[in-house]
Amino acid sequence: MQTSHPAIQLLIGERGTQVFLALLLTVGVAAPIMHLAFPEGSALHLSSYTMTLMGKYMTYALLAIAVDLVWGYCGILSLGHAAFFALGGYAMGMYLMRQIGTRGVYGDPLLPDFMVFLNWKELPWFWQGFDMFWFAALMVIVVPGLLALAFGWLAFRSRVSGVYLSIITQALTYALMLAFFRNDMGFGGNNGLTDFKDILGANINASETRVALFLTSAAALGLGYLACRYITLSRAGRVVQAIRDAESRTRFIGYRVESYKLWVFAFSAVLAGIAGALYVPQVGIINPSEFQPINSIEIVIWVAVGGRGTLYGAVAGAVLVNYAKTYFTATIPELWLYALGTLFVIVTLFLPKGVVGLADKFALRRPAARTVTA
Amino acid sequence: MTNLSCTLYAVPGASPGPPFLARRALWWLAFALMLGMLVRPAAAAESTAFEQALGNLATTNFKQKERAVGELLDARHANTRTVLNALLEGNLYYRKDDKRVFIGAAQDTSLRLQDPLTMSDAGIADASDCTKITTNNQLRKALKSALASFDLADPDADVRLAAVNELLRSLDADRVSILRARQSSENNDAVRTAIQTGLAIADLDSADADVRLAAVDQLEGSLNPEAFNRLSASVARADDGSYAEPDENVRNAARAALNAINNWRSFYSTLETLFFGLSLGSVLVLAAIGLAITFGVMGVINMAHGELMMLGAYTTYVIQLLMPQHIGASVLVAIPVAFAVAGGVGVLIERGVMRFLYGRPLETLLATFGVSLVLQQIVRDIFSANNRPVETPAWMAGSLQVNEAFSITYNRLYVVLFMLIVFAILQLVLKKTSLGLKVRAVAQNRAMAKSMGVRTEWVDALTFGLGSGIAGVAGVALSQLTNVGPNLGQSYIIDSFMVVVFGGVGNLWGTLIGGMSLGVVNQALEPYAGAVLAKILVLIALILFIQRRPRGLFPQKGRAAES
Amino acid sequence: MNASTAIRNGWQKVFGAGARGARPAPGDTSHGTILYLEDISVSFDGFKALNALTLYIDAGELRCIIGPNGAGKTTMMDVITGKTRPDAGSAWFGQTTDLLTLSEPQIAEAGIGRKFQKPTVFEQHTVMENLELAVAGHKTLWTTLRSPLDRRQHERIEEVLETIRLQDRRSMRAGMLSHGQKQWLEIGMLLAQEPRLLLVDEPVAGMTPQEVERTAELLLSLAGKHSVMVVEHDMDFVRSIAHKVTVLHEGHVLAEGTIDEVQNDPRVVEVYLGE
Repeated sequence: MQTSHPAIQLLIGERGTQVFLALLLTVGVAAPIMHLAFPEGSALHLSSYTMTLMGKYMTYALLAIAVDLVWGYCGILSLGHAAFFALGGYAMGMYLMRQIGTRGVYGDPLLPDFMVFLNWKELPWFWQGFDMFWFAALMVIVVPGLLALAFGWLAFRSRVSGVYLSIITQALTYALMLAFFRNDMGFGGNNGLTDFKDILGANINASETRVALFLTSAAALGLGYLACRYITLSRAGRVVQAIRDAESRTRFIGYRVESYKLWVFAFSAVLAGIAGALYVPQVGIINPSEFQPINSIEIVIWVAVGGRGTLYGAVAGAVLVNYAKTYFTATIPELWLYALGTLFVIVTLFLPKGVVGLADKFALRRPAARTVTA
Repeated sequence: MTNLSCTLYAVPGASPGPPFLARRALWWLAFALMLGMLVRPAAAAESTAFEQALGNLATTNFKQKERAVGELLDARHANTRTVLNALLEGNLYYRKDDKRVFIGAAQDTSLRLQDPLTMSDAGIADASDCTKITTNNQLRKALKSALASFDLADPDADVRLAAVNELLRSLDADRVSILRARQSSENNDAVRTAIQTGLAIADLDSADADVRLAAVDQLEGSLNPEAFNRLSASVARADDGSYAEPDENVRNAARAALNAINNWRSFYSTLETLFFGLSLGSVLVLAAIGLAITFGVMGVINMAHGELMMLGAYTTYVIQLLMPQHIGASVLVAIPVAFAVAGGVGVLIERGVMRFLYGRPLETLLATFGVSLVLQQIVRDIFSANNRPVETPAWMAGSLQVNEAFSITYNRLYVVLFMLIVFAILQLVLKKTSLGLKVRAVAQNRAMAKSMGVRTEWVDALTFGLGSGIAGVAGVALSQLTNVGPNLGQSYIIDSFMVVVFGGVGNLWGTLIGGMSLGVVNQALEPYAGAVLAKILVLIALILFIQRRPRGLFPQKGRAAES
Repeated sequence: MNASTAIRNGWQKVFGAGARGARPAPGDTSHGTILYLEDISVSFDGFKALNALTLYIDAGELRCIIGPNGAGKTTMMDVITGKTRPDAGSAWFGQTTDLLTLSEPQIAEAGIGRKFQKPTVFEQHTVMENLELAVAGHKTLWTTLRSPLDRRQHERIEEVLETIRLQDRRSMRAGMLSHGQKQWLEIGMLLAQEPRLLLVDEPVAGMTPQEVERTAELLLSLAGKHSVMVVEHDMDFVRSIAHKVTVLHEGHVLAEGTIDEVQNDPRVVEVYLGE
């Protein structure tokens, strides 16, 4: 079993992880260079659009890892992770709104435009502090984390599980969506938060900022991946998988299943929140549609397509499905829903382990590959 | 009484326009409906007086118009009411060259004219050739009084009641005398009460305190909004500390009366909220009950359930396209068709997807979600992404006025009834048919049922088809209540699941009670919180409830349920 | 207490404190009895699964429970391990531990282990990992997240592997084991937990005669140090291990005594053995 040093095990103990880390490193180094060092028109130039797109995929991949941790490893099918993602996004969005300052349409130094429009006179209490980056960054972690803790504490303590849990997580994100659509909530209602200008004093649309955001996303993805990998490799990880496979059995050998589920759920929510916080400055907007129940289900399908129960599978699924989405919606948008719908069906019926499982199957057929995995 | 006997021989004479014989049957029908309709015997003489009065309307002088209105009223012609109404609504014109008066309907820059004498089509005229017969406030008030007093003689009690209420809106001496005149001859209780209310309101202005006191007593318990306003005004304190009502006794009586009125009002508004809640709950139950079967009985999660409802709604739309002449019947026709369409699609889903996934509810959730996306897109491709207009049959429009503070709209009433019927039929199917027996057997112990010769695959397909078919039927009901578009299903799926989970999985009664109570709670919260916040609160309450009772209101008990 | 242990203790509170620190030593058997079940009643939808059941298990005793289907054997185990809460009655583990106030993991930590009727090992985990999950020690998230097993635990697992003779299968996924091996693995997991009271539900179902024999030996060797409660249908097996047998019928104790006494009891013959 654990014959090598834990750190080595963590980094290269698994071929999928090796491939993932290598790819992440390559892309993380190459993309900024290709964007900054080569002039536009050069064959090696990477457009700002493409790089931002890749940055966005990375936040999606982080989100997928978060869902995979709770679903693939712990068996909690959360249909509400889009809510944590969106909450992280809103926390970042609020910081970015406060940075606009007098450059808004109404030029109010304190109030964002939509508040001036609603005739509000002062900043609501929950907008206080968001002018400071460190506070917003803290909220990115605290808000989704606390919500997940509160929700999970209630749900797991009373042993709501399986389909029931899925349904109430879906209800949670639905309720949040309805709430954020309300103008009175003070989060910009329908339109959400947008028209961002600066982040940490740098122009949000500048090439350098884009590169920085891209690199931050890559780093967050890498660190998130390793953190999840650490968890899944630890004894706690095996307990979590035991809970997935036989929950009550795990209880009878003395594990506080609720506590494990709760913290895994909360950690996963924090990862989702971080992903959302990195997503918002790159796409330039956050609005209540991010809370839509369908978004949460889509995340689950990324994981299912990639292969639940393997972290690199979740990453692969997120990138594949989103690349397909970008491609379809740009070229044949009317076919996208057919494709996505069919994907749901095919993956659940024929690919319980996702494309990663499929790849493994092929790899196992070739005896040469076998020695590598062993 | 006299009106009734008059009509018997007045009808043939009153029938205007050829071809008389061809319309005869229709007229007899109308006769049956209009039994007692007020038409005076000397039809020819009336027509002349009517015609003259009409002619007098063709003026810009309001005084003269007012006189002409009086003449029209005196003429008591069959079309008097139509003309007065047209005048009130600004649809009465006179042709500039011959000063003849017409009822006109604007069509772009021209007018489609109708002869008020015969009600026959009088061709199209250029708008500039005609002058609208305008009204002013005073004339409009006179018109309203005139119409009301005209209607007060109507044989239909509802028309009379509406007329009285119209008069009550602003009482003056003329109107009071109209009411007083009618009071003795009125034989309908509701109308008489309304008249008495009106007279009592008038009496509140009496100089005699005893009369006012009697009027206050009379108004106690009245639900008429005018009575409430007047009573409130009489006890209101002016800035100088004086009251509109000088007499202390009358004021106290008025306060007591207001109290009583408020109690009744809040009682009826509670009743109304309850009814709204029940109708909303019925929609929820309709949406959820198919799900209760597929989820509760079969243990599969059908996320495409909402889209099956959507198919039912679109089926209604298509049926209406196929039979545009019979909108009234179209909805009834749509019910079995929608059941068949949605049920058929359901069986396809079961055979194509579900049967590979039994025992893996989370997977069924994902797969059927995929199916739902495909169904949505199919509908978008066929019917476009826009909402489709589904007509409401005439028999579902309107409302049942129970009293002045409480009315029930028919579509809500029908939804409640429809839900109860569907529920009853479903219970019958599950309890009394062999299919139902097999369904329950498979739900309880699949292996045992199979070994006893039940073709479980067949039962699965039929059960799923049944649940889906009911979704389609629910869609027909939804088509009457909400927009029919590709997103119709999505907006109901979460609610439906919550109802099933709240009621307790595997328990149809639980679904019924769960849906109804959610509807009522939602409706009761709405006045305080607003629609969206009410919904959010209900969702949060449900989430908390499920944590308290993870198995819903009516859980299945026993060892089997625990595993 | 230095700062680092203070922090660690704080964290352990947040992550769910271990049972050991939180309560007095469980299962105080100073009166010689380890399990007291008194007047326990459980009903499901009107069906009385347990009907005023009263049963005592002595410390170090090996007790066999027999009874026809539906006698309430499994429900009784559910009550002891906290899966089912009784409608009435009391259940104490030793003098000081009220089982009815504890959750399943707390009961397990207190020292009651259970082997299920249907072998439930973690099929996706290896044999080694199954034992590692079961082995006695701190089972809080904080501990399992942070530290691997200590030497004592490793030794314990090796011991158990030897006892259940699965050393050469240690890296095999438990799902690949034969039925008998799964039964053994589950017994091994029970041993690794080092419980003071073992509840064993039909341990020899589906085992070969040799395996049955070895199981009997194992259970007998456990008695004395541990208390063992065995539910079994196989009368030969019961005869081979039992000192004392309790017969359950319709949710309460019908008879108690040595196997011969019980087998000659006319009431028992009527409801059970006479079938």
